[in-house]
Amino acid sequence: MEPFTTHTGVGVPLRRSNVDTDQIIPAVYLKRVSRTGFEDGLFAAWRSDEHFVLNQEPYRAGSVLVAGPDFGTGSSREHAVWALADYGFRVVISSRFADIFRGNAGKQGLVAAECAQSDVELLWKLLEAEPGTEVTVDLRDKTVRAKDFTAAFQIDDYTAWRLLEGLDDIALTLRHEEAIGTFEGGRPSWKPVTSTLPS
Amino acid sequence: MARTLAEKVWEQHVVRSGSGAEPDLLYIDLHLVHEVTSPQAFDGLRLAGRPVRRPDLTIATEDHNVPTVGIDLPIADPVSRTQVDTLRANCAEFGIRLHPMGDVEQGIVHVVGPQLGLTQPGTTVVCGDSHTSTHGAFGALAFGIGTSEVEHVLATQTLPLRPFRTMAITVDGDLRPGVTAKDIILAVIARIGTNGGQGHVLEYRGRAIEQLSMEARMTVCNMSIEAGARAGMIAPDDTTFAYLKGRPHAPRGADWDAAVAAWRELRTDEGATFDTEVRIDAAELTPFVTWGTNPGQGLPLSERVPDPETIPDENERRSAEKALAYMDLVPGTPLREIHVDTVFLGSCTNGRIEDLRAAAEVLRGHRVADGVRMLVVPGSMRVRQTAEAEGLHEIFLGAGAEWRAAGCSMCLGMNPDQLSPGERSASTSNRNFEGRQGKGGRTHLVSPLVAAATAVRGTLSSPEDLVASHAVTSNASH
Repeated sequence: MEPFTTHTGVGVPLRRSNVDTDQIIPAVYLKRVSRTGFEDGLFAAWRSDEHFVLNQEPYRAGSVLVAGPDFGTGSSREHAVWALADYGFRVVISSRFADIFRGNAGKQGLVAAECAQSDVELLWKLLEAEPGTEVTVDLRDKTVRAKDFTAAFQIDDYTAWRLLEGLDDIALTLRHEEAIGTFEGGRPSWKPVTSTLPS
Repeated sequence: MARTLAEKVWEQHVVRSGSGAEPDLLYIDLHLVHEVTSPQAFDGLRLAGRPVRRPDLTIATEDHNVPTVGIDLPIADPVSRTQVDTLRANCAEFGIRLHPMGDVEQGIVHVVGPQLGLTQPGTTVVCGDSHTSTHGAFGALAFGIGTSEVEHVLATQTLPLRPFRTMAITVDGDLRPGVTAKDIILAVIARIGTNGGQGHVLEYRGRAIEQLSMEARMTVCNMSIEAGARAGMIAPDDTTFAYLKGRPHAPRGADWDAAVAAWRELRTDEGATFDTEVRIDAAELTPFVTWGTNPGQGLPLSERVPDPETIPDENERRSAEKALAYMDLVPGTPLREIHVDTVFLGSCTNGRIEDLRAAAEVLRGHRVADGVRMLVVPGSMRVRQTAEAEGLHEIFLGAGAEWRAAGCSMCLGMNPDQLSPGERSASTSNRNFEGRQGKGGRTHLVSPLVAAATAVRGTLSSPEDLVASHAVTSNASH
């Protein structure tokens, strides 16, 4: 994973709450077996509407999405994060993220920045008043800036550290392989295995 | 110190406690795999040259995008076929047990695990699917994960996680006849909202929950994610043990006794505190349906389509306005007057044998209304086989419904079972999101009883309505 310290890009106001992962990428786009190329499925249903924000210049080239509360609810599909990232988004700002989405984002270098809803509203107004306004998201001091607007955002310290360092979770866990082996040695013998039937 | 059920199961699986911001490392007892969220995880393993640490704690099935007709033919959609073929190749390469199409144990991953007896009390269960919460019905800590985490579990059999908060949802009293587990969970979500459970494990308890069968408990736990929760759990009891005993992977002999002794400890201690508590009176519940585009937008069937003007919260009001526009509904319309085109009976929420039995009982002696299509999709081929042995398929077919093979089907419309734009369904599945069942499709979430009654009348209905209309018809004929 590429380290993330700070990012500046065009902010996209998405005035919707409860943007579920079926809206971010509908199921019919999940059939690919590769890890790239999901951008065509991003907000597929909404993008067929010419008035949708991503169909407007200069939002089309946006990389910081500013959405309503409860972003990423529903399915666990990590494809939702891939679709956003493949499209070019590096940050999503919302006042509330669904748990699985937030976790998935953190694994893929997409920053899920949690801001107060009042700050989201201010950002929306700013981005709509001056389309193309750039937003800077600094993970080091956890702030969002745009023009003279500045706000703090929340992200848990562990995820922030992994993103800043660009660390791979599996490699981190495998440093504790011995502890895993020890734990396995102490599991009750009656716990089920899939490979054989109990005798 | 007094602990909750979720805390006990968590503590039993901590491989290594995190310090400070660092999460705990949690051991995973069972990893369920399907074709959609796994290919990139296996690719990741190959790239890093890593093996699957515990293929013997992993099991795979084909469910999300498989067709439910013509299953002995090659999958027509080449992209779907590639995904299924990729799962087969990955399972062969990494030594993972797979139940492919045509196998009697093939089906929706959350139906397959319990029916094999692999889902057991006190285990940790994960799957690259948010409805993994289903398995919490056994007192397992079970939750959905993304593909990066799927790869992590394949490589290490663990996950780095911070402890979840806990919420007690106590359903006191007795359910009235005709009110089901689906009505409980839809009412819970309407009460606490689609974010009400965020960061929490929900523990369902109280008399009404204790009286539910295992399959009904699975329906309740299944939809915990629709309230935003990480997981849902129910303490294991004699109902749980009776369901498990004799299943292929349940412990036997002395192991069974040891297991049951351990499972009996899996209860929230007297005096343990939950971060949040919610109480619901079962006696006040009635058949529940959704009117909007998220599972929290639901009401009793006896109500009317709500007027967004009366919703005080601005975000919720806007969300309701958008939902009604999408659903093409007018405020004030009685929910019972909403016509549907399609009825879908199936999914990991309501595709088990008891669901099929309940719906068949309502359909017996009736026909699906003219112009309505009803799809019956068993949750697994085992469920289908059992239903056929009981003659349920004859009731469905006799009523004019379609009797399909197992899979996720129209719950998410990845296979050809989809709604057309503008089509409206009554569906026993779990999500009424825009386009979930097909682009432009409109979904009302309902119980199997409501689904069957709706199929007969063509408008959202409960079985009571059939009795009433039957009486009118027979009076008229005298």
